[in-house]
Amino acid sequence: MNTIKLRAILTGAVGAMAGAGVAHAADTITVVSWGGAYAKSQIEAYHKPWIAKTGNQIVSEDYNGGLSEIRAQVEAGNVTWDIVDVELSDAVRACDEGLAEIIDKSGLPSAPDGTPAADDFIEGTLDVDCAVPTIVWSTIFAYDTTKISKSPKTIADFFDLEKFPGKRGLRKSPKTNLEMALMADGVAAEDVYEVLSTPEGIDRAFAKLDSIKPEVVWWEAGAQPPQLLADGEVAMTTAYNGRIFNAVAAEDKPFQIVWDGQVWDLDLWIIPKGARNRTAALDFLAFSTDTQRLADQASWISYGPARKSSAPLVAAYNSKPDLQMAPHMPTAPGNFKNALQNDFEFWADNQDELNERFNAWLAN
Amino acid sequence: MAETSEAVDNQRTLIAADGTPLKQKLAQALFVSRLRAFGLVTPLLLFIICLFVVPILSFMTRGVHNDTYARYMPNSTPLLQEWDGTSPVTEAMYAAMASDFITTREHPERPIGKVATRVNRELSGTRSLITSTARKAARMEAPFKDAMIKAKEDWARIEVWRAFKVAAKSLTPAYYAAALDWRYTATGEFKLQDKLRRIYIRLFLRTLEISAVVTLASLILGYPVAYLLSTLPNRTANLLLILVLLPFWTSILVRTTAWIAMLQGQGVLNDLAVFSGLVNDGNRFSLIYNKIGTLIAMTHIMLPFMILPLYSVMKTIPPSYVRAAKSLGATNSTAFRRIYFPQTIPGIGAGGLLVFILAIGYYITPALVGGQDGVMISNFIDTHMRSTLNWSLAAALGGVLLIFVLFLYWVYDRIIGIDNMKLG
Repeated sequence: MNTIKLRAILTGAVGAMAGAGVAHAADTITVVSWGGAYAKSQIEAYHKPWIAKTGNQIVSEDYNGGLSEIRAQVEAGNVTWDIVDVELSDAVRACDEGLAEIIDKSGLPSAPDGTPAADDFIEGTLDVDCAVPTIVWSTIFAYDTTKISKSPKTIADFFDLEKFPGKRGLRKSPKTNLEMALMADGVAAEDVYEVLSTPEGIDRAFAKLDSIKPEVVWWEAGAQPPQLLADGEVAMTTAYNGRIFNAVAAEDKPFQIVWDGQVWDLDLWIIPKGARNRTAALDFLAFSTDTQRLADQASWISYGPARKSSAPLVAAYNSKPDLQMAPHMPTAPGNFKNALQNDFEFWADNQDELNERFNAWLAN
Repeated sequence: MAETSEAVDNQRTLIAADGTPLKQKLAQALFVSRLRAFGLVTPLLLFIICLFVVPILSFMTRGVHNDTYARYMPNSTPLLQEWDGTSPVTEAMYAAMASDFITTREHPERPIGKVATRVNRELSGTRSLITSTARKAARMEAPFKDAMIKAKEDWARIEVWRAFKVAAKSLTPAYYAAALDWRYTATGEFKLQDKLRRIYIRLFLRTLEISAVVTLASLILGYPVAYLLSTLPNRTANLLLILVLLPFWTSILVRTTAWIAMLQGQGVLNDLAVFSGLVNDGNRFSLIYNKIGTLIAMTHIMLPFMILPLYSVMKTIPPSYVRAAKSLGATNSTAFRRIYFPQTIPGIGAGGLLVFILAIGYYITPALVGGQDGVMISNFIDTHMRSTLNWSLAAALGGVLLIFVLFLYWVYDRIIGIDNMKLG
């Protein structure tokens, strides 16, 4: 009697597990991104319509960038992430080191007017074999208009403690800080990496950073800088432009972005090598990078779509019909004047040495 | 002759009822019970070996062994190892390098990026040199020296080849050297790291300093609390003990974040100071995102680890000893110094060692409130694990830390004696 009962329970349990397992393998993908307002824009623009269209499920996870988790998963042969949002330099590195699947770009949908995907994406952004770009984002600096009476206009003002006293927020990484320091020191955007390739140029950048070092509060996650500004912990901070925009649009914070000296970069999707739900992930990737989805995302956060055909479709902010998004994009003509593209090749070559030097500089 | 000696043996050894010697019988019986005891601890033993000892050992080997280069670049590895690092680079080395590039490009895992990352750690800029040359390698023809230098002029530089030579050595002291701010060169020498890049020794020292200050601070704060707890009547003492344990049961993250709210520029403490006129609004104290913040938050988190062992020791000290001392004419301070304090040393030792060793590997609190001068070596191990992906250096730094902790343990055993420690 007992045995029969037990067996019945076991069979039921195993059946249920098998059922769950099948549903799992076929229909649920794990999408990993940067959290906060940015992840929300992806959930609204990509995840929800894809779930509605395919009936599949998405588990949305957050991370802070970098390749360590992906590398650990691939090396252990236990890949639980199906698709990950990464920066360009990490996409290149993941591809070079065999951590990401090579993606056949011919599977990407054409623009509504029939332009093939290869011509529709911004020039040069489809070059990485393993990645498909979604947005153009930018590191800018921002300030609280209620706390600073004179308005800073240029990147040099950010480094000017005499004219604009107060704490500064900077990302705890040499990347973008060294570039901004050089631009503030009078180097033109197009010469920044050339100067930075020489030992004197590096010294010059660090010397400029030295001038504000005692006043710096270091941040690591993208959600921190708007918080630092809101708390009054810093007078000005570098930040990702979308985060500041979100604080202004959704929370009515009195923040102002200064576009001069912005350093722009791409975010891209990669599929970790050996991802369990590769087919579904590929389907999601193609869906989320079509013209309409990229344009939809721009109504949630002010990051520029990676497709040219998306630009005319970008409308107003989701909850404020009179807030047009176009002027808030990093690529808007008025904002894009003194802009620098992050050079992934330079950082791939020099990040070990510069990270070390930056850390030593920080610890002194 | 033989018979008599057997008789003598029988007389010496006791025989059980079935004729076997009693000693053997006893050993058999004990063996079974020992086996049972061993069986009971086997799960724990296996757990520790599989999930603790083996992973740690395998990770530690990364600190001295990295075969990324040798595994994927089989042709050039032996030539680089033979090369002395000073004589001119031969055509054979160029040819071997070119053929390795071709095979790694065709390899399904595309390991050229791994190799490039490895060499780039030795010399910045070699990464793009390798990836771009590897792309062209298939079209190259002999003499390879000219072909490679034509593709990229850097191939003529001897420093580039020296970086390759260091990378080609699988079993290497380079990471431990780097963990101590030294550089291991292609010619097998150790050189002090460039001044602008020296960091780890300073961090180890700072880690020690912070741990020592935290230990001392929790002793000074915890000793009177433990004394109070041990002398109060049980009911009151238990109530107070819960106050000690309550924060202990709260998540470290919550406690650290609470400290941020307390100490930050616009936080409770600074607001109070400004309100009471202690400082003006422009010159608020910076109590967080620096060493002070790390010290305050860590001392708070470590306090229970100090109070509990102290309390358990003080609880066992009969109050009659101090009374006896006083009745014999000792002043309060003499009685404390000569009678009470020496008896609490096992508790101080246990609490001190516990707090110090926990503090030395502490990670989350300095990461959150450490800012630039309050971070510790564990934060850099984390950096190398998570962002630079230099796991070998992380392993070496961890190894140095482990050796250091074991050394302290040994010193402690020498001076105070590990048997003298009382944890509860």
